[in-house]
Amino acid sequence: MLSKRIIACLDVRDGHVVKGINFEGLRSAGDPAELARRYNHEGIDELVILDVTATLERRRALAETIRAVARELFIPLTVGGGIRTEEDGAAAIDAGADKVSLNTAALSSPALITTLASRYGSQAIVVAIDAKRALSASGVEHFAVYARSGQTAADRDAVEWAQEAEARGAGEILLTSIDRDGTKAGFDCEITAAVSTAVSIPVIASGGAGGLDDFVDVFTRGAADAALAASIFHYAETSVRALKEHLRAHRIPVRV
Amino acid sequence: MSSAIALIDYGAGNLTSVKKALAAVGADFFVPEEPGALVGARGVVVPGVGHFGATRALDRAWVDAILDLVGEGKPLLGICLGMQWLFEGSEEAPECPGLGVLGGRCRRLNVPPGEGRLKIPHVGWNSLERRLDAGIIEGVPAGAQVYFTHSYVAPVTGDTVAATEHGERFASVVQRGQIAGVQFHPEKSGEVGLRVLQNWLALAA
Repeated sequence: MLSKRIIACLDVRDGHVVKGINFEGLRSAGDPAELARRYNHEGIDELVILDVTATLERRRALAETIRAVARELFIPLTVGGGIRTEEDGAAAIDAGADKVSLNTAALSSPALITTLASRYGSQAIVVAIDAKRALSASGVEHFAVYARSGQTAADRDAVEWAQEAEARGAGEILLTSIDRDGTKAGFDCEITAAVSTAVSIPVIASGGAGGLDDFVDVFTRGAADAALAASIFHYAETSVRALKEHLRAHRIPVRV
Repeated sequence: MSSAIALIDYGAGNLTSVKKALAAVGADFFVPEEPGALVGARGVVVPGVGHFGATRALDRAWVDAILDLVGEGKPLLGICLGMQWLFEGSEEAPECPGLGVLGGRCRRLNVPPGEGRLKIPHVGWNSLERRLDAGIIEGVPAGAQVYFTHSYVAPVTGDTVAATEHGERFASVVQRGQIAGVQFHPEKSGEVGLRVLQNWLALAA
């Protein structure tokens, strides 16, 4: 039976992990390769490196970070953040990423999804969707898509955009609830289920992970195929291993 | 002439991860630019992801060069699409014949319809159910999980060493003599994946 995946996200700026508060147990605090090694040891199923570097010239550090992480890890690695062109995607993949995640660029030029999918295969293309609950013009609640790290309304509905992304060649959807991100109030299971049941490609839920039961919830009620979290894994008390044991106790298939 | 492992690049996906994993298990490998460069290779790896139609790039000259090596008893490993290509063909691209060294045809995963329907593509970690003892999975623990990403599958036949279930059972590891194939990605399957690559390399020793 296919396992539900647990994915750790490393927010990286200028070669250092910036999100997460407590790097206890790390020899070199903030070193992405060091953190990746620890997560791998604990049984993480996949890693995402999200580049939050502000300036273009500093972005060159990204390839070095990808290389350092990919050098010793033999699990899937996704790279996202600031991938705007086919060349950006190619550079990440050449450095060792297995998948690239497109967000703002996919919204402004959806053809980029198809271009990269044709070059590397759909399995290498993740479309990241940042969404929040909103009222449509007719007063119906829906899930509105935002671009530029949640700052600009994209005038798209998340369910419809996910379906379009799939049709254009995306292999997975990384769905982040802006309402829940950073709140530790749990994943938004409604938005996750709405998107996950509307597409046939896997949906990775993100935003709001606080406790172990939040993951049980998103894999059952939310119909998620995978769940991603960043800061909660940085705390030694919420290890990947403990999370998987908890999920298994709730009869959710995981890789142990 | 080369006494290294030939890694075939036919444009179906990026080879960075496969190269990294081969290097990690100590394999000496090269990427041949043309079929003639396969002469003398210790073994052949056919990787690949994506559409079966991509295997069209493996034309008669490549097929003959690979079959020559197989005829000399050199080991062959197909990974993902590369494994499917070892069979007679696939309904994904019926006009493209496979290498045909294994019997059977590949077809799309068939998942039961209805509520909570399983997704295609089959993406993620799933377990290997051992069916035969074979060198390729020596030392791999029972029920070990490996990383898959595919929509088409090879049938379970007498060559199936391990099967995996996603709506239906399909061949996830095959071996017949020096010919082996894995539907999963050993280069992305942690320690288990590296072990399988090591086992295959041992065939080339």
